[in-house]
Amino acid sequence: MDMFLQQVLNGLTLGGIYSLVALGLTLVYGILHVPNFAHGAFYMVGAFMSFHLMSAWGWNYWLAMTGSAATVALLAVLAERLVFHPLRHASGLHPMIAAIGVLLFLEAAAQAIWGADFQRMQTPYNSIIDLGGVTAPAQRLLIIGAAFTLMVVLHLFLKKTVMGSTIIAMAQNRDGASLVGIDANRVAMLTFAISGVLAAVAATLYAPINLVYPAMGHLVITKAFVIIILGGMGSVPGAIVGGMIIGFAESFGAYYISTDYKDIIAFMLLVVILSFRPQGLFTKGVR
Amino acid sequence: MANLKGKLGWLLLISVGLAFPWLAGNDYYLTVMSTAYIFAIATIGLNLITGYTGQLNLAHSGFMAVGAYTVGILTVDYHFTFWAAFALSGVVAAALGFFIGLVSLRLKGHYFSIFTLCVGYIMFLVIEKWDGLTHGTVGILGIPAPEAIGSITFTTPLALYYLVFFWLVVGMWAMRRIVNSLLGRTFIAIRNGDELAESLGINLMRNKVLAFMLSVFYAGMAGGLYAGFVRFIGPSIAGVEHTFDMTMYMLVGGLGTLIGPLLGALTVPWLTQYLQFLQEYRFIVFGPILVLLVIFVPNGIVGSYLAWRTRRTDLKGKNA
Repeated sequence: MDMFLQQVLNGLTLGGIYSLVALGLTLVYGILHVPNFAHGAFYMVGAFMSFHLMSAWGWNYWLAMTGSAATVALLAVLAERLVFHPLRHASGLHPMIAAIGVLLFLEAAAQAIWGADFQRMQTPYNSIIDLGGVTAPAQRLLIIGAAFTLMVVLHLFLKKTVMGSTIIAMAQNRDGASLVGIDANRVAMLTFAISGVLAAVAATLYAPINLVYPAMGHLVITKAFVIIILGGMGSVPGAIVGGMIIGFAESFGAYYISTDYKDIIAFMLLVVILSFRPQGLFTKGVR
Repeated sequence: MANLKGKLGWLLLISVGLAFPWLAGNDYYLTVMSTAYIFAIATIGLNLITGYTGQLNLAHSGFMAVGAYTVGILTVDYHFTFWAAFALSGVVAAALGFFIGLVSLRLKGHYFSIFTLCVGYIMFLVIEKWDGLTHGTVGILGIPAPEAIGSITFTTPLALYYLVFFWLVVGMWAMRRIVNSLLGRTFIAIRNGDELAESLGINLMRNKVLAFMLSVFYAGMAGGLYAGFVRFIGPSIAGVEHTFDMTMYMLVGGLGTLIGPLLGALTVPWLTQYLQFLQEYRFIVFGPILVLLVIFVPNGIVGSYLAWRTRRTDLKGKNA
C-alpha cells in the first residue's frame, strides 16, 4: 500500500511538471496553430539559466527561478517576433521546420556556452518528509505545490482578466478577435512570454531531482506533445488532465512494468490511443 | 526539349560522379562524399512522403537505423553475407513502415509529425535498451565489408565510393520513374488536397501507406549501405538530428522536386566540412540558416529556379 502511495506521489510530481510544459505548448498552439518544437529548448534554457544564476552568480533558488523565467520569456517573445511572426501566413511544413531551426540553434548555443556535460542543480530543500509511512523528498512536494498553484493562477488569469480573455478569444477565432479590436501581435507575444515562463519554472522545479544537459528538453517536449494530443490541441484543461494521465502512467509503469522502458510508456499509450481515436481522446472533430 | 534536358542532367550527374575521385584527389574527401551519397539516398526517400505527399515525417532516421541494424544484426550475430542482409534492409524497414503508416497516416498534418516524432523516439529507445538484440549502447562492431563480386572487391575507399554512387544512381532513377508515373501524380494530388483527391476516386489510405513504405524503403537501404560502409553502428544513427539534417537538405534543394533533395544532400555536408571548427556546434549556424531559408527561400534552390524560369517565359510571352 505504501508503495502504491509512493507511486501516486511520483505520478503527481511528474504530472505537475508535464502539465506545466504542455500548458505553454497548448497555449501557443491555440494562437499559432503550429506545434512549437522549440518549446523543449525553452525548457532546457530555463534549467541552464537557473543553474547558472545559482552556481556562478550565487543567487538563491527562487531569485534564480525568477531570473530564468524572465530570460526565457524574452527569448520566446524574440522567437515569435523574428521567426513565427514572418511566417504567420505560411501553411503546412514551413513553420514547423522553422521551429526545428530554433530548437537546433538553442541546443547548440547552450552546448557552446555550458558544455555537453551533465550538471547537477542544488536545491535548498534537501530534507525528506515522512507523511505517515510515505517518505517524500521536500523538493517533490514543492514541485506538486508549485505546479498546482501555477495552474490555478493561470486559470484565473485566463478566465478573470481582460488580457487572459483576449488570448482565449484569439485562440477561438482569430478573425473575430481582430474584428473586435484585439491586437493580434500583442496577444501572440504575450502568449509566447507566458509559455516561456511556464517552461522555465517547470525546468527549475524539476532539475534538482534530475540533471541539467543540452538535450534534456527532448523527452519532456515529446511527452508534452503526447499530452496535448491526448488532451486536445489548444485545450487548457486537456493539457492538465493529459499531463496527469502521462505522469501516472509513467510512475506506475516504471514500478509495475519496467524502469528501463518507462520513457516508452507515454509513446506506446499515444500509439494505442491514436489507433482507435485519430483525433485524440478529448477532441470532438479532426482539425 | 525537356527530354533532352533530362538526359543532359543525367549525363552530367553520372560523369561528375564518376570523375569525382580524380577531382578529389584524397581518400578523406571520398569518404565525405560517400557519406553524403548515403544520406542523399535516404533524403530522396524522405522527399517522397514529405515533399510530394506533404507530411513532415520525423521518424526517418529511425527507419534508417532499422536498415542499418538489420545488416548489423544479421551479419554479426547470424553470419549472413553483407549482400543477403543488405537485400533485406529496405524490406524490413518497409515492412515496419507498413504498420506505422497504417496508424500514422490516419492522422493529418501536425498530428502526423508529432506522432512520427514519438515513433522515432520509440525506435531510438528500443535500440538503446534492447541489449539482447541490438547490443544496446555499445553498438555493433565488426560488420563485414561488402563481399567481392567476381573480381571487384570493396575494400578500398574508391571501390566503396563507386558502390555507394551506383546505388544513388539506381535510387534516383527509380524515384524518377515513380514520380513521373500515375502513382507519383496520385501522391501530388493528395498533397495538393486530399479531400479533392478522394472525391476523384483516389484511395487515400492505400496510396499514403504505399508512399510511406516506398519512402522508408529508401531509408532502410541507405541504413544498410551505411552499416557496410562505416562497419560500426550505434543507437545514435536513430537520433532525430539526422532527420533534421535531411529535412534541411530537402529544403535547401527544394521540397517536392526530383533533383532538389539530391542537390541539398550533396552541398550542405561540404558546408559542414568548412565549418569543421564548429563540429557539434554546427547547428548554431545551421539553425538560423534553416529559419532564414524557410522565411526567404521557402522553395529552395530548384523551386526558386523553376519559379524564376516560369516568370521569365511569361514575360517573354507578353513582350512577343
